[in-house]
Amino acid sequence: MAEKTYLQAISDGLREEMRRDKRVFVIGEDVGVYGGAFKVTLGFQEEFGAWRVIDAPLSETAIVGGCTGAAIMGMRPVAEMQFADFISCAWDQLVTVAAKQRWRAGTPIPITVRLPSGGGFSGGPFHSQNPESSFAHIPGLKVICPATPEDAKGLLASAIQDPNPCLYFEHKHLYRRIKAEVPDERYETPFGKARIHQEGDDLSVITWGAMVYTAEEAAQQLDGDGVSVEILDLRTLIPWDKQAVLESVRKTSKVLVLHEDTHTGGFGGEIAATIAEEAFEDLDAPVKRITAPDTPVPFSPQLEKAFIPQVEDVVAGLRDLAEY
Amino acid sequence: MATETAVDVVMPQMGVSVSEGTVTKWLKQEGEQIEADEALLEISTDKVDTEVPSPASGTLTQILVQEGETVEVGTKLAQIGGAPAANGQAQPAPPEPATAEATAESAAASSSEGETLTAERVAEAAPEPPLAPEHPAAAPEPAGTQPGDGDRDGKSFVSPVVARIASEHGVDPNQVQGSGRGGRVTKKDMLNFIEEGAPAPAPAAPAAPAAPVAEPAEAPAPAAPAPPTQAPPAPQPVVAETGEQLEPMTAMRRGIAEHMRRSLDTSAHVTSAIEVDMSRVVAIRTKLKKEYEKDYGVNPTYLSFVARATVETLREYPWINGEIRGEQIVTRNYVNLGFAVELADGKGLIVPVLKHAEGLNLLGIARGVTDIAQRARDKKLTPDEVQGGTFTITNPGGYGTFHGTPVISQPQAAILGTYAVVKRPWVIQDDRGEDVIAIRPIMNLTLTYDHRLVDGALAGRFLRDLREKLQTWDEAAY
Repeated sequence: MAEKTYLQAISDGLREEMRRDKRVFVIGEDVGVYGGAFKVTLGFQEEFGAWRVIDAPLSETAIVGGCTGAAIMGMRPVAEMQFADFISCAWDQLVTVAAKQRWRAGTPIPITVRLPSGGGFSGGPFHSQNPESSFAHIPGLKVICPATPEDAKGLLASAIQDPNPCLYFEHKHLYRRIKAEVPDERYETPFGKARIHQEGDDLSVITWGAMVYTAEEAAQQLDGDGVSVEILDLRTLIPWDKQAVLESVRKTSKVLVLHEDTHTGGFGGEIAATIAEEAFEDLDAPVKRITAPDTPVPFSPQLEKAFIPQVEDVVAGLRDLAEY
Repeated sequence: MATETAVDVVMPQMGVSVSEGTVTKWLKQEGEQIEADEALLEISTDKVDTEVPSPASGTLTQILVQEGETVEVGTKLAQIGGAPAANGQAQPAPPEPATAEATAESAAASSSEGETLTAERVAEAAPEPPLAPEHPAAAPEPAGTQPGDGDRDGKSFVSPVVARIASEHGVDPNQVQGSGRGGRVTKKDMLNFIEEGAPAPAPAAPAAPAAPVAEPAEAPAPAAPAPPTQAPPAPQPVVAETGEQLEPMTAMRRGIAEHMRRSLDTSAHVTSAIEVDMSRVVAIRTKLKKEYEKDYGVNPTYLSFVARATVETLREYPWINGEIRGEQIVTRNYVNLGFAVELADGKGLIVPVLKHAEGLNLLGIARGVTDIAQRARDKKLTPDEVQGGTFTITNPGGYGTFHGTPVISQPQAAILGTYAVVKRPWVIQDDRGEDVIAIRPIMNLTLTYDHRLVDGALAGRFLRDLREKLQTWDEAAY
């Protein structure tokens, strides 16, 4: 065990996979000589050479398309989108080709696409988004959203080993802000198993990614009111741990679904609908959603604060639920 | 638009003892055309799964019972032709002065468990125009005070979980002090109230505001709340532990579960077994197989031979083909032979009956068994064909098992189990009357009988005679 930042955990995890499996290679914009925009792959090219740490041209389509071809030929590529936002350029390769190849031809496509996502540092509309729900809607893709350094490493190992295209959303705001113990040995964190970030009896918060910490801070403020909050970190959206969510709902009967992605069509809607379908008779209040509003991510720090759910917003939402 | 007369589709009576059925699949959607006698939906009862044909030609204007719902026989399931009632909504819109009280009541009702409720809900859903005008007249009753009070607004909303707990424990939420917004009763309020000992609910009189509120039960019942005298609490909802999966029981599964339990509670089950040398049957079958398949398209299975010999033997053992009915013993001059058939998905069991098997020769039995087994798997049996058995044969030997203790199909007296035919070293006498070991195809048979009626010696003689018939199979006689 050693204390590592979220970014360090991703970097170490990736290096470990490359050391143990020759089929794993990295491709992306500036991942080689420069070590990646966020320095996740710093020193990789020196260790693994330019053929396993490939600086790609500025074409996400080419990166994902190339990965898909390499995967068909038996490799296990790890692509980096410099920012998750840029993945829209690769939509066709991911959604039309990679996601459906297994279905059409039976060929596994074990590619991992790393997606530095999320806002909180005035990145503006092109460098701050959380497009996970767009891909959660596409059958054939897996969607991974680690919140802790330990999960970041374990889920990355699982993603690389998984025979399906995996979209690995790493939250930029957690990169150097979150530090925690990470096991030294190699391990795989299973998909579809939520993690109880903290146990509680009165309210449930269902969330993932950076919002886990927003929920935690908010829950601390409610401690004084004698309201105990359970925080469930989904860890992966596809597959998602329905059972754990329903169990928490059955316990507390009051639920807040929290995400940084925008509201309409956000994955929170799927969770809320499932709760309504399968745990209706356990509800003691309407399922509440706190999300970003339906706008692009603003650049101005003040507006961005208004956009991304803040601790105060979550506190107010939780109080409202508690009083209901 | 559709001005044709409306024809109702109701849950059919699938046999005398069947009181309810589950809609498993609608084969037509609302708005689709259907011809008379064309299959409209599939239903499942605890006796059979079958298709329901449309009673008329026309448009399927309305589906009133959704897939998965279980309703009583005679419940209206759909309407063919006519105009859809109540704007196509199954639930008639509540009349104007829908008090919050009424909403609360319906919320409470919708939360209670089980099929009875479903039936009620459907009954409600059936449009009953005369009821509507009466409703407002009945409405003032709960609103003792002025309707525009507004005071009860928050209090009268019952959340789904509160409604469920209320119905499980037979508690009227109105008796509970609410701590939620606007005085709403929260789940916690409800649980606290029950823990402190809820008074037994006033019988069917929820509108009793003068009654003392939450009077603590004087009897020291700290652990469990005093069981409500009125309705027994609904069973606790089943919760899956980690790693477990839940799936609802089908009507057939529930039927099997109930029947098996009831049979063991009714009959005194005892099992005797015997070994049968099938050499002669094997030889004859080999010979007949080609002929039967060529001429009749029927496979003379070992089961057919055993069945034929059983029917013959039962003539001499009327009690084994009999039944205890009250204080009387029923015997009969016929044999209705049931065969336990596993359904293709491995998730169900059905016992189609070959009626008057005493009138069938080997070919007739082979043909009959093939036919009913196939139709059982295709869910094409009629209700009559699963009723009226007098004796049952079950054949778990297909998987190589050599012994079992099946459960008697009530109200019969016995069930015969047939098992795998296995080549075994067998001691026989040679021409000189000396013991030698031969390789013989041996089949075990078990008779599980109700010892209330059939004693061990009788069962033993029955098995002995049955073995004799099989070992010395007389082709001319059968």
